[in-house]
Amino acid sequence: MNLTLHVWRQNGPSDKGRFETYQANGISEHMSFLEMLDFVNEKLESEGKAPIVFEHDCREGICGSCGFMIDGKAHGGQHRTTVCQLHMRSFKDGDVLTLEPWRAAAFPVLRDLMVDRSAFDRIVQAGGYVSVRSGSPQDANAILVGKEEVDRAFDAAACIGCGACVASCPNASAMLFTGAKISHLGLLPQGQPERYRRVQAMTQTMDEAGFGYCSNHGECSAFCPKDISLDVIAMTNRDLMAAQVKGRSEG
Amino acid sequence: MRWFLKFAGSTIGLKIVMAVSGLLLFGFVIGHMLGNLQVYLGAETLNAYGATLQGMGPLLWVVRLGLLAIVLAHIGSSVALVRLSHAARPQSYKKVQPRASTYASRTMRVSGPIVLAFIIFHILHLTQGAAHPELQHCVTGADGALQCFVHENVVSAFSLTGANVAYKAFSVVFYVVAMVLLGLHLGHGAYSMVRTLGLSNPRYDRIARALATAVTLVIVIGNCSIPIAVAVGLVRTAGGH
Repeated sequence: MNLTLHVWRQNGPSDKGRFETYQANGISEHMSFLEMLDFVNEKLESEGKAPIVFEHDCREGICGSCGFMIDGKAHGGQHRTTVCQLHMRSFKDGDVLTLEPWRAAAFPVLRDLMVDRSAFDRIVQAGGYVSVRSGSPQDANAILVGKEEVDRAFDAAACIGCGACVASCPNASAMLFTGAKISHLGLLPQGQPERYRRVQAMTQTMDEAGFGYCSNHGECSAFCPKDISLDVIAMTNRDLMAAQVKGRSEG
Repeated sequence: MRWFLKFAGSTIGLKIVMAVSGLLLFGFVIGHMLGNLQVYLGAETLNAYGATLQGMGPLLWVVRLGLLAIVLAHIGSSVALVRLSHAARPQSYKKVQPRASTYASRTMRVSGPIVLAFIIFHILHLTQGAAHPELQHCVTGADGALQCFVHENVVSAFSLTGANVAYKAFSVVFYVVAMVLLGLHLGHGAYSMVRTLGLSNPRYDRIARALATAVTLVIVIGNCSIPIAVAVGLVRTAGGH
């Protein structure tokens, strides 16, 4: 199939950037979207032009590296699919596609379709962990956890930190990402000692990074490749309110 | 106090200020509508209700100033949040295809200011009187009892007879349009508020959303019915306005 691509090209963080149009001809429907871009890049390189930069790593939909907007939809908008797992059979011959990087003040564009997501790392560093004493290993299953809590914690833990939530949110809010980390740990017994300190520190770091707020549009969850529920945001709000009472002396 | 200011100034804190003030205003809108629906019980009932409210004296002003403070908190937090939102995405997308958001949720920043303009008009129209030349204020009767003319005022405001028919027709249309926008605002607001306050539960989420829609519909229909009922002549004064 043959496609027309309008791609955001930006030489570096300080470059203004612009859209450029490329023809992607002879694309196989079995290619993933990233393989299609590899194909386009090979042609660009053979012509002595700079290839389109995009972030990628595992190409199995689990590392969270890849992701950009395809026609105004994060990861192309296919349910539970990252852009590396999106295949060209989802498109038609002659399609015209607009490719844009995630747009958020907290995600500065490094080059073309690649953004700097280290703001997510800073949020996790602020409290997205549990402190444990090392020593001889505990018996497996020594701590009982209810099945429902395990399931909800696991659903939240599925977040790969790709940034599609921020990109899709009309306010560029990182509440779904931050909420997923807070809920994942806050639902488990191991996460309890630091629960209220965690929610305060992580949401404060989120604000400082320059992300917007949540107005419950639900776009984040609708475009999340791991289908993280909006409920993690409600839990974050609840925990932050509880932290004003329970965790204030710690903060 | 410092911890509270820090909390209220955070994005989640500002959202909670907006949600709590929104909840209180939502309650006021329901109460206000129930009071106004007494127009269907006749002039005597509605006028007595008006006299009771006006007879509250200083307490009335406490309520009014309280409402003003709540409105200011609601507007203040929304202004702060909209500024944050613009700062968080300085460069917008060339193309966006929303999937989960609704018309109501995307137009909160438009419906809010229009509803505010309506509230100001409504106060000048049916309370203060600057926008309603025929408004009759309450008077103290010979027996010392307060006598109000709420029913007469509502009828003269929307009745499409007599002088200023065009202005009255405009009033009816503005009231109905404002109430539909208020409905959109509350439809998303009520649902969003439940989530912001962390009260949502996956088990009740659909019920919460349906309930928010149902209450909003009742408010829109209830409030819109009054100017329409007067305009079509279903509600009239004994004098035969």
